[in-house]
Amino acid sequence: MSEKQKKATAYWKENVKYLFILLTIWFLVSFGAGILLKDALDSITIGGFKLGFWFAQQGAIYVFVILIFVYVRLMNKLDKKYQYND
Amino acid sequence: MSVQTWTYILVGLTFALYIGIAIWSRAGSTKDFYVAGGGVSPLANGMATAADWMSAASFISMAGIISFAGYDGSVYLMGWTGGYVLLALLLAPYLRKFGKFTVPDFIGDRYYSKTARIVAVICALIVSFTYVAGQMRGVGVVFSRFLQVDINTGVIIGMVIVLFYAVLGGMKGITYTQVAQYCVLIFAFMVPAIFISIQMTGNPIPQLGMGATLNDGSGTYLLEKLDGLSTELGFNEYTNGSKSITDIFAITLALMVGTAGLPHVIVRFFTVKKVKDARKSAGLALLLIAILYTTAPAVAVFAKTNLIDTVSNQEYSSMPVWFKNWEETGLLSFDDKNEDGKIQYVADKVKNELTIDNDIMVLANPEIANLPAWVIALVAAGGLAAALSTAAGLLLVISASVSHDLVKKVFNPNISDKAELWVARGSATVAVAIAGYFGINPPGFVAAVVALAFGLAAASFFPAIVLGIFYKKMNKEGAISGMVVGILLMLFYMTKFKFGWFGGGTQDDWWFGISPEGFGSIAMIANFIVSIIVLQFTPEPPEDVQEIVENIRIPSGAGEATGH
Repeated sequence: MSEKQKKATAYWKENVKYLFILLTIWFLVSFGAGILLKDALDSITIGGFKLGFWFAQQGAIYVFVILIFVYVRLMNKLDKKYQYND
Repeated sequence: MSVQTWTYILVGLTFALYIGIAIWSRAGSTKDFYVAGGGVSPLANGMATAADWMSAASFISMAGIISFAGYDGSVYLMGWTGGYVLLALLLAPYLRKFGKFTVPDFIGDRYYSKTARIVAVICALIVSFTYVAGQMRGVGVVFSRFLQVDINTGVIIGMVIVLFYAVLGGMKGITYTQVAQYCVLIFAFMVPAIFISIQMTGNPIPQLGMGATLNDGSGTYLLEKLDGLSTELGFNEYTNGSKSITDIFAITLALMVGTAGLPHVIVRFFTVKKVKDARKSAGLALLLIAILYTTAPAVAVFAKTNLIDTVSNQEYSSMPVWFKNWEETGLLSFDDKNEDGKIQYVADKVKNELTIDNDIMVLANPEIANLPAWVIALVAAGGLAAALSTAAGLLLVISASVSHDLVKKVFNPNISDKAELWVARGSATVAVAIAGYFGINPPGFVAAVVALAFGLAAASFFPAIVLGIFYKKMNKEGAISGMVVGILLMLFYMTKFKFGWFGGGTQDDWWFGISPEGFGSIAMIANFIVSIIVLQFTPEPPEDVQEIVENIRIPSGAGEATGH
């Protein structure tokens, strides 16, 4: 394997690791908090919101937006580290 | 000034704006026409993507659907936003690096096969046509209610406008009109929502107003009150649904994956300069979409509470003017079954006397809340912006599929750039005409096929693209058989339970208790499994294809999108 290929493989591995972490959070806030754990979380209320209901209709969406911007930052850093930023 | 005058002024102004932009941003080459020259800034692309994505359904129908479905409506909120996370993380950057014009381009090149390309073209056409018909219908409804023109005339006016800027400007014209349309539609959605939130809870931010206490000094939370009203009338508690957890899970997944697989959304990411910009504009698009998507559930709660307060057990003769106005459109109807002159709005179908169409909740909301005339007119302009921007984006996918993927890549590879541009314009014109026809003569199954469109995108494109990027060894035999099995399975299930083909069936016969709307997630899993099994028995993809995959994984040197 050439130097160039080694670099590409290492970059890809880190990328996939980020994806795995971010998508786990993606799953937890929507399918987890908003659906599977909804009934349990509903016993907690914040203001007028039952927590599970809030996640399903508000919270999950906020987290989705944050996730993409975190991803953008992580990847910009990673691109720089591997000099793939042009 | 009357609502009517305001509506003419606002709709007229916005239309003049769209046409002005279209003339300013004419397309000079196929590259302009397909990908807006490839130099769109991330913010402009984010706004255009948001307008492209938020259709008449998001603007007009979604809040209404949620207000009647309560918690069950969450599937749309999470499904139609969560898909952007998949899009941003798994698809957009790599497809931008790949740097072609269309989704079938990627499928055809990555799977080194004309068959794969043609299967992808067929899927893209089915998905886009089912969608665009619904948009044209939305245009017609808004015209007929707010400008008192006939629905058909409304559809034709809409067709002429879309034709003008889609055919003239291609992706370039569409992108910049969509930027303007985003501003119009988000303003039109937020203004009434903020007004009503202040009226009901004193909080100007609808997202917070939804969870706040009522303005009447009772100290009751708005949601608490709505839960109470709902159970009193025999409905489920608003914050608890009636669907099973399995079904909610499956529908949410199908909508997310379907969103990420929709060609008219994916293609927007071909228009930016770099891979970095593709990631960023996906984030901006979702942020801009989230403004509407987090407000919609608040509007749903306000509107439902207002509605019950206004009509429930009240004298029919004392109903406000808006009630009569909407009765005329047929979207609202009252049938005094027990002849007591009062309106009984209850869950029990035998006793219920009031039938309400979902769409009223957004369209009539400003009237129900007694807002000024210009706010009501603004909603009309916003609804039109939402419908037209989505229609234009879909028409572009249709015309590119025909002129680029079929004519250039399959039938006549030697066609000149200029001739291809004319073919693209011609096919856009034909597509507008067909869409207009379906808008005027809507097939009864529109609502059913829109769900099918998501299922189809989930069952076909998503696995093929994801495997194409993340699994270097995936070959054409695997991908094609996966797509074919995915689509056929989805079609079978939909037609069986929606149209009663193949012996039909009822809710009790659903596989794993999953509704046809959610079945796209099962068909998608089937696609993945079939692709991987077939792969084991067929040859690896050639070296050069594996090199393409390695290359799209690296963001640098994306160059410009190219069709050659």
